[in-house]
Amino acid sequence: MKQMSMRIILVILAFCFFCSNGLAADKIIKMSTTTSTQASGLLDVLLPELEKDTGIRVKVIAKGTGAAIRDGMDGNVDVIFVHAKAREEKFVHEGFGTKRYAVMHNDFVILGPAKDSAGINGLTNAAEALKKIAGAKAAFVSRGDDSGTHTKEQALWEYTGLPLEKKMQTILKKGKKKEISFIHPPGLGQWYLSIGQGMGKALTFADEKQAYIMADRGTYIKYKFGRDVPIDLVVLCEGDPALANPYGVIPINPKKHPHVKYDLSKTFAQWLVSKRGQTVIANYRLLGKQLFYTDALAR
Amino acid sequence: MNLLIDSFISAISLVISMDKEMINIVTVSLKVSGYSTLFASLLGIPIGFLVAFESFPGKRFMITCLNTLLAVPTVVIGLFVYAFISRRGVLGFFDLLYTQKAIVIGQTLLILPVVAAFTIAAISRIDQRYRKTAMTLGANRLQTAFVIFREARYGVVAAVIAAYGRVISEVGISMMLGGNIRSFTRTMTTAMALEYDKGTFTLAVALGMVLLGLSFGMNLLFHLFQGRVRS
Repeated sequence: MKQMSMRIILVILAFCFFCSNGLAADKIIKMSTTTSTQASGLLDVLLPELEKDTGIRVKVIAKGTGAAIRDGMDGNVDVIFVHAKAREEKFVHEGFGTKRYAVMHNDFVILGPAKDSAGINGLTNAAEALKKIAGAKAAFVSRGDDSGTHTKEQALWEYTGLPLEKKMQTILKKGKKKEISFIHPPGLGQWYLSIGQGMGKALTFADEKQAYIMADRGTYIKYKFGRDVPIDLVVLCEGDPALANPYGVIPINPKKHPHVKYDLSKTFAQWLVSKRGQTVIANYRLLGKQLFYTDALAR
Repeated sequence: MNLLIDSFISAISLVISMDKEMINIVTVSLKVSGYSTLFASLLGIPIGFLVAFESFPGKRFMITCLNTLLAVPTVVIGLFVYAFISRRGVLGFFDLLYTQKAIVIGQTLLILPVVAAFTIAAISRIDQRYRKTAMTLGANRLQTAFVIFREARYGVVAAVIAAYGRVISEVGISMMLGGNIRSFTRTMTTAMALEYDKGTFTLAVALGMVLLGLSFGMNLLFHLFQGRVRS
């Protein structure tokens, strides 16, 4: 009887072993990315093409850029695909990633209610527009979630030259102190609404409150033209070079995290910046509008 | 493991230094859940009492309904209230959405059945002889009701505790109706959800500790109260 149960256990163990072996042989990598790449629908087109060409399948975990970078630092994923250039370069510089591949860019727009109480319609200078919004104390919704969009918005507030409030939060990481900054104009909780939520949620929030908001164009198009009940907000300020939004892909460094599948993630990154990958990105249309402009082939 | 220790140490220093932002978040949480517990009690206890005390057709059905409502997910209440107070909703012109009032409305609806159902249970458990004795001693209906209520207060307080525990720890309604606006409608639970999304766990862990501490303190308080009632 005892022998019998031993045998059964052995068989089960062997089975588990073969199964896990089978999984390992599959070309699957995990990728943390920003909500915008997934919400815009680009990945739904891109990833099947990737699998056709290279056989690599990508498990996507969509989060804010901050959380995605954190995932990369902790080695929870094999590759990250995010948009916060300065932070990405720092990420590579600190040895968490091997290299930043510039993949594509799109742009941000400043939206607001059609009646435009702050009078920013037609401005092409984003900092100027924000200054007017702050001057009018018109409701402004901020992502406030440490995402790429939030990073960009904070940078724009700094360009305005307005007196800003800055809060540093110290966190301990591996025994070392690390500071996270949060910059915002005065008026927090009154007209400056920092809601700490994703882009789509923030858009419906701003629409509900008839507030101003900075959003990436992809999500805006989706919420304006792709929904049964479209949002009422309109584009009031666009075209400022400061509103450009570059995306980069970074394979996680196997020296930091030996378990990552570096070969696959490198192939993935190289495919993205290859002619093939870039063509797929350039041809992607959301509701008839081009969303992403390729960065790798232009140079 | 490192992550946990790091977060824990930073969290303790946050709690000790009485971080301004943390205090603000805790205050908002206590305020909204305090109000919703108060309103739900003011409405729910009389409702529960009447249902338990009076007999009328459909009483059993009503109790079954209340018991079912105990398990309503917070997001369902959130959606329901959202549909009413949204700018495109019936009550849109009050501009209630994404305010503390909105959270209080949602949370009150959430725990009203809790208070009512637990009150019914508490009242029904009281021995029928109390009622009969009171009546034979010449008490009128109101006086009889008072006697029974006094006997059931232990259970009624338990109803309030359960209701309070449900609102202070819920996240769905606070997020959907409050909108997690920093230093306005950000509560402990929505702040924790956000810090998790951001990948910075310090504040989340600190708030988790405060939440546990508060619940413990509250229960201690109620416990003392109940103890006194009993003796």
